[in-house]
Amino acid sequence: MTIPSIRHASHEQSFAVRLKKNYQRHKALYWIALPIIAYYLIFKYLPMFGIIIAFQDYRPGKGFLHSDFVGFKNFVEFLTNPTASRTIFNTLRLNFYSLLVEFPAPIILALLLNEIRCAPFKKAVQTFSYMPHFISLVVVCGLLKDFSSSIGVFNDIAVLFGFERQSMLGNVDLYLPLYIGSSLWQGVGWGSILYLATLSSTDPNLYEAAVIDGAGRWKQMVHITLPTIIPIMVLQLIMRIGSMMSTGAEKTILLYSPLIYEKADIISSFVYRRGLQEMDFSFGAAVGLFNSVINLILLVTANWFARKISGESMW
Amino acid sequence: MVGKKSTLNWVFDIFNYLFLTLLAIVCLYPMLHVAFGSISNPTLLTKHTGILLHPLGFTSRGYEIVFRNPNIWSGYGNTLFYVIVGTVARTIITMLGAYVMMQKDFMLRKILMFLFVFTMYFSGGMIPDYLLVTKLHLLNTRWALIIPTLISTWNMIILKTAFSQVPVSLSESARLDGAGDLTVLFQIILPAAKASVAVIIMYYAVGEWNSWFSAAIYLPGRRDLYPLQLFLREILISNSTSGNAAEAAGGAGSSPDAIEALIEDVVRYCTICVATIPILCIYPFVQKYFVKGVMMGSVKE
Repeated sequence: MTIPSIRHASHEQSFAVRLKKNYQRHKALYWIALPIIAYYLIFKYLPMFGIIIAFQDYRPGKGFLHSDFVGFKNFVEFLTNPTASRTIFNTLRLNFYSLLVEFPAPIILALLLNEIRCAPFKKAVQTFSYMPHFISLVVVCGLLKDFSSSIGVFNDIAVLFGFERQSMLGNVDLYLPLYIGSSLWQGVGWGSILYLATLSSTDPNLYEAAVIDGAGRWKQMVHITLPTIIPIMVLQLIMRIGSMMSTGAEKTILLYSPLIYEKADIISSFVYRRGLQEMDFSFGAAVGLFNSVINLILLVTANWFARKISGESMW
Repeated sequence: MVGKKSTLNWVFDIFNYLFLTLLAIVCLYPMLHVAFGSISNPTLLTKHTGILLHPLGFTSRGYEIVFRNPNIWSGYGNTLFYVIVGTVARTIITMLGAYVMMQKDFMLRKILMFLFVFTMYFSGGMIPDYLLVTKLHLLNTRWALIIPTLISTWNMIILKTAFSQVPVSLSESARLDGAGDLTVLFQIILPAAKASVAVIIMYYAVGEWNSWFSAAIYLPGRRDLYPLQLFLREILISNSTSGNAAEAAGGAGSSPDAIEALIEDVVRYCTICVATIPILCIYPFVQKYFVKGVMMGSVKE
């Protein structure tokens, strides 16, 4: 863990001495920490060194040490091959629309629930809207597949409005609305809990004072309710942006089909298909690394932006 | 002026109630549809169009077929193993981690915290993870689903925050009585922060019950170790109830194939019910932890 260096030898020694003293005083703590440190080293940091295969033509028989280095060949291939590079655009599009719909929805729901005075009704709506969060992704996608099939409920309804029956998940243009709609169904209630809890802890005196000043419900919402949830909104937004590139793989893999790869295939599902299903480890690792780096850049940028604009940030 | 405003309020309230009622129905309906469909007569169900407001006729054939499917049983058993062993192991080690990371006297605290948090934002990725599991000979074993995901850094951090809120005087007086670290953790801090630990248990258990992806990656050759969700994926997504139907045809003897094809929808609905009902049964009991659960996650460190 400690990296000795000649220049700081004296300092290092004192560090070592201090560490030794600290260890002798808190032996038990060090022993408890040991399995946890081991876990992180083996399962989190060791794979980071595995990234080296992204720059190799990795052959399982040859191993990490003896496979040939190919530089940036895998990255160039990813960026120049149209069926590969389209996943970048697809990832961005999926996340952009998801963010546009799924970020404000729980806030609006919380604001609406906050206006309900009838407690049993509020409780009932909360109970039903939180429930989908606990249903597994496999079941949600299975339901979506069933409802959107050509004899499913969605088509039964679409026919009433004069549309023709079709297999909706096989339609490139309907894929995104179905994907985002089902995520919204699953997540909107759960997402509203945080905002609702924050709203309910707002000082009631603020509202009383506003009423005395003649503020209506709309003005109360804009000037009192919204400002109380802005810090949480900012943090949620940064976290959402920071996890953009890493989420969505599982759902995409469950929902897509070769028919709609053109728009549905995202970077992480592509990594899974090329890397694990076709066992092209080096190429998969390269695309995965590309994804991780973009993710990190997005997170740092979003955090920086948030701090500049609102003073709120994750670190 | 006052009159106009109160009318506006009134209209808003009506629309608000209507909208939220609709939302509650939309959230609930898909599960009702499945529940009704699972006991409906397959022929009537196929002919039916539009939303289902009640079961169409009655049959328990679907459930009989599902319960005769050995995959469902082995999937259930495996999922129970992963949920129980996984949740116990993860909760204990996460608690240990949270305990260590809240000790201000522990010299490695800051550097370890940085190293742990860094893994939340950057990771080796799917392929290096897979290669590691292969190299450790965990591939195609039950442990591949448990050991690589033993600690969620996120859960460890929120538990650490919860532990730090337990009054220090409690653990200090225990220490004066000669209690060691483990005693302090399990007999002083755990009881004082049990609601937070309950939230972590809920997160781990529900997550494991619903997870399928790591099993799909790490158990390619061991169907006997598949969790329920992976069989569900085969039945719901890859549409392969044919095994079921064939089995049913064998069991029922002279049933015409057409009916067996029709019953596939019913069987799918039954499978969803069988896999989802346990989660919905614990739902009322965990509901009281929801607010605590999400608020814990929003604490900034």
